[in-house]
Amino acid sequence: MAGLTSRDAILTEYNQQLLNAPKGRSLAQDAVRRLVANKAAVFSIFLLVTILLVVFIAPYFLPWGYSQVDWANIRKPPNFEAGHFMGTDQNGRDMLARTMQGTQMSLVVAGVATLVSVVIGVSYGAIAGYFGGRIDAVMMRFVDIMYALPYILFVIILVVIFGRNPILLFVGIGCLEWLTMARIVRGQTLSLKEREFVEAARASGASPWSIIFRHIVPNLTGPVVIYATLTIPEIIITESFLSYLGLGVQEPQTSLGTLISQGSEVAVALPWMLLGPAVILVAMLIAFTYLGDGLRDALDPKDR
Amino acid sequence: MSENEPILKVRNLSVHFNIPTGGIFGGHAVLKAVKDVSFDLHAGETLGIVGESGCGKSTLSRAIIRLIHATGGESMWMGKDILKMSPKELIALRKDIQMIFQDPLASLNPRMTAAQIIGEPLQIHYPEVSKAERTARVAEMMAKVGLTPEMINKYPHEFSGGQCQRIGIARALITRPKLIVCDEAVSALDVSVQAQVINLLMDLQKEFGVSLLFIAHDIAVVRHIAQRIMVLYFGEVVEIGESEQVVMDPQHDYTKKLIASVPVPDPKEEMRRREVRRKLRREAAAAA
Repeated sequence: MAGLTSRDAILTEYNQQLLNAPKGRSLAQDAVRRLVANKAAVFSIFLLVTILLVVFIAPYFLPWGYSQVDWANIRKPPNFEAGHFMGTDQNGRDMLARTMQGTQMSLVVAGVATLVSVVIGVSYGAIAGYFGGRIDAVMMRFVDIMYALPYILFVIILVVIFGRNPILLFVGIGCLEWLTMARIVRGQTLSLKEREFVEAARASGASPWSIIFRHIVPNLTGPVVIYATLTIPEIIITESFLSYLGLGVQEPQTSLGTLISQGSEVAVALPWMLLGPAVILVAMLIAFTYLGDGLRDALDPKDR
Repeated sequence: MSENEPILKVRNLSVHFNIPTGGIFGGHAVLKAVKDVSFDLHAGETLGIVGESGCGKSTLSRAIIRLIHATGGESMWMGKDILKMSPKELIALRKDIQMIFQDPLASLNPRMTAAQIIGEPLQIHYPEVSKAERTARVAEMMAKVGLTPEMINKYPHEFSGGQCQRIGIARALITRPKLIVCDEAVSALDVSVQAQVINLLMDLQKEFGVSLLFIAHDIAVVRHIAQRIMVLYFGEVVEIGESEQVVMDPQHDYTKKLIASVPVPDPKEEMRRREVRRKLRREAAAAA
């Protein structure tokens, strides 16, 4: 276009005026407004943020570390004078410190695995759905095959290859969790790509990649966010299960699953070992479920 | 190229779809959506394409600019066959041929602001243009299509149907194309807004000298904007000619029916048209 850059001075001035143009109300802002109006969801967010802050900050202020042994107090119920607010385990380690460390571990693991599954699942599903035809068939048959294989087998292979590095292990779990995400995203993409604004982008000469990542992926936010909030508790439970089998986190580090499996063995004799971790796990699972519910209502106000 | 050479020459264009008839061996029937369509379009001219729902208007328009695959024929743009262009040439072509869609709201990405939507073609075809310049051009174009530039940061759901269609028009015009394909561009709007949008299109056409391929099912609307009309029936051209001639003196029975179906606010004229419709129906019954 001729003379495009010669008018910069006038244009800059004009632009300054436009900078003050009123901001529109985006769909995301709308969704946040609806979410804030949902009391259960707001309470869930509050609860989750509190748990998150407490488990990451409070350990620095506790008298005992999570792997520190108090030889004077072994298998003791809560004792405020000695600084064991939730009692001690069979090895004399402070249960409060261990619960916090375990919650930290579970949250980090869930976060990493969910992130991995979202990134892989969304890209994979959107590409399969947009290109369609043979590419779609091949990509989705691969997903079907992965589905058919038992994930425990994979986890055992991963543990053998990588050793017991928790983060690496749960990146591995995330790499398996993406299957469902990919299916959901593919389905949504199939319907989105028939929408007129995608055709408009094609008619404007946009490349397939820019259509996928600028026009399709942003419009998938709803289902992806909802499914991700439901994946987090699923991964926490998976992790608990793996730890129960002894494939998860390694001592002296711990996780909610490990703590609960150890606590359940002595639930009658030393109930404080089970109660703390169990209450936190249940509270987090319920909070995530309500948050996911609230997000679903906020993001798809039409199909309630 | 001489002055009188058409910018778009469509020859024997046909589009067939394979409809799977079920069965695991991939049996299918062939649906001929567009059959042997040929026409010329000159610079600055408006050609109206009319026909009932499902007669292949939209398919034809998309096949011409290769948004869907044409089965046969050619579509010559400035002497070059669009159907045989390389991907690179095709991207360059998108700058010259833009499109306006039927559903104003559905054709805008709900997660982009008006500025992003209108500016997108500019960003694709002129990546060297600075963001400030792009914003200024978008604002200028918004003013041209009758939107206040202050609305630049609004999202599609905050606009009315007519305003959304104006955004669609601004997006189509921003790269200064030579041809705009309007696929039922006003069918989803109510009558008063339809008139505004059509007048806007005609004004802009005068200003930019762009050609229009105007598709509609309402012959009254097309007559107002188009110099020539092409009537499509089951994927075939049944009549093509000057607008007034086609409307005042339709040659083909289908065109007569189409014109008789337009309601007019005049009881006498309406009565006459009802008579035409009856006569055509009687003839059809007698023939069958």
